[in-house]
Amino acid sequence: MKYIRFALIGIFFGIIMTKSQAISWYRIYEMFRFDAFHMYGIIGSAVTLGVIGVALIKKYKLRSTDGTPITFSPKDMSIPRYLFGGTLFGLGWAMTGACPGPMYTLIGGGFSVILVVLASALLGTLAYGMLRKWLPH
Amino acid sequence: MLEFVSQPWPWYVAGPLIALTMFLLLFFGKNFGVSSTLRTGCAIGGAGKINDFFDFNWKSQIWNLVFVGGMVVGGFIAATWLQQPDPIPLAPDTVQKLQEMGITNPGEEYLPSEIFSWEGLFTLRGFILLVIGGFLVGFGARYAGGCTSGHAISGLSDLQLPSLIAVIGFFIGGLLMTYLFLPLILQL
Repeated sequence: MKYIRFALIGIFFGIIMTKSQAISWYRIYEMFRFDAFHMYGIIGSAVTLGVIGVALIKKYKLRSTDGTPITFSPKDMSIPRYLFGGTLFGLGWAMTGACPGPMYTLIGGGFSVILVVLASALLGTLAYGMLRKWLPH
Repeated sequence: MLEFVSQPWPWYVAGPLIALTMFLLLFFGKNFGVSSTLRTGCAIGGAGKINDFFDFNWKSQIWNLVFVGGMVVGGFIAATWLQQPDPIPLAPDTVQKLQEMGITNPGEEYLPSEIFSWEGLFTLRGFILLVIGGFLVGFGARYAGGCTSGHAISGLSDLQLPSLIAVIGFFIGGLLMTYLFLPLILQL
């Protein structure tokens, strides 16, 4: 039962991503060509409100529903890790037109071939786990 | 009401609702980040036996699997009951460029059906875009420690410099693919 809230938030998020066309390969292609404001508006407004909200959570030391303080853990600083990893991710994002979230939503939307993309992404994750000792971090 | 929500949602509706999604998860004690479910998937599949990166208590991540399960259902609901027949209003320059590269009817569906279909998968360009593209998304997301939700939304909202570097990387890769490699791959 305690998981139902997460199912509902996921349904809500899947509908947002579909109705805003953010799961469309075309919208991602258009974004990387800087031809339209649509995706920048979506991400930009989400981040703007996100920055304000996170600052307010910190300022007023807000707590989660179970009473524990909401905390944010700073990520370890590194340049190669985020730059190389990010670049590889970006190459794949522009190919599939989908980051991991939209993959799930597209599958639900009837694009069953995206199961192959998701399986490849799992394989890529596994490959990273196997190779990470040898990668610059 | 149904007709009203079935229209395409503009960015100024979608963006704030994505922020709301992140805040709902924060208030339920969780962090918004989708790509970690891939690591969880590997762990459930038994990858922890061969590699310690996948040897963790994946049961603590069940909530996130339920969340992405909800995303599948949300995609089904939106595609089944909230759809409208108009094509995606893409920028004219984008449509023209895609047509030059041999994509027919850009924007008519969510994905170019000549590539993102089971028939398309068995073409060379389809295989490269779907299989290698998917691999890079999974590999790159874990290498960078997050994807669009974890870095671009959650990380930037917390003003994390590592997330900004990751997002810059997303764009270096995305621009290289869009301008340099994609035109070549689509010719195959």
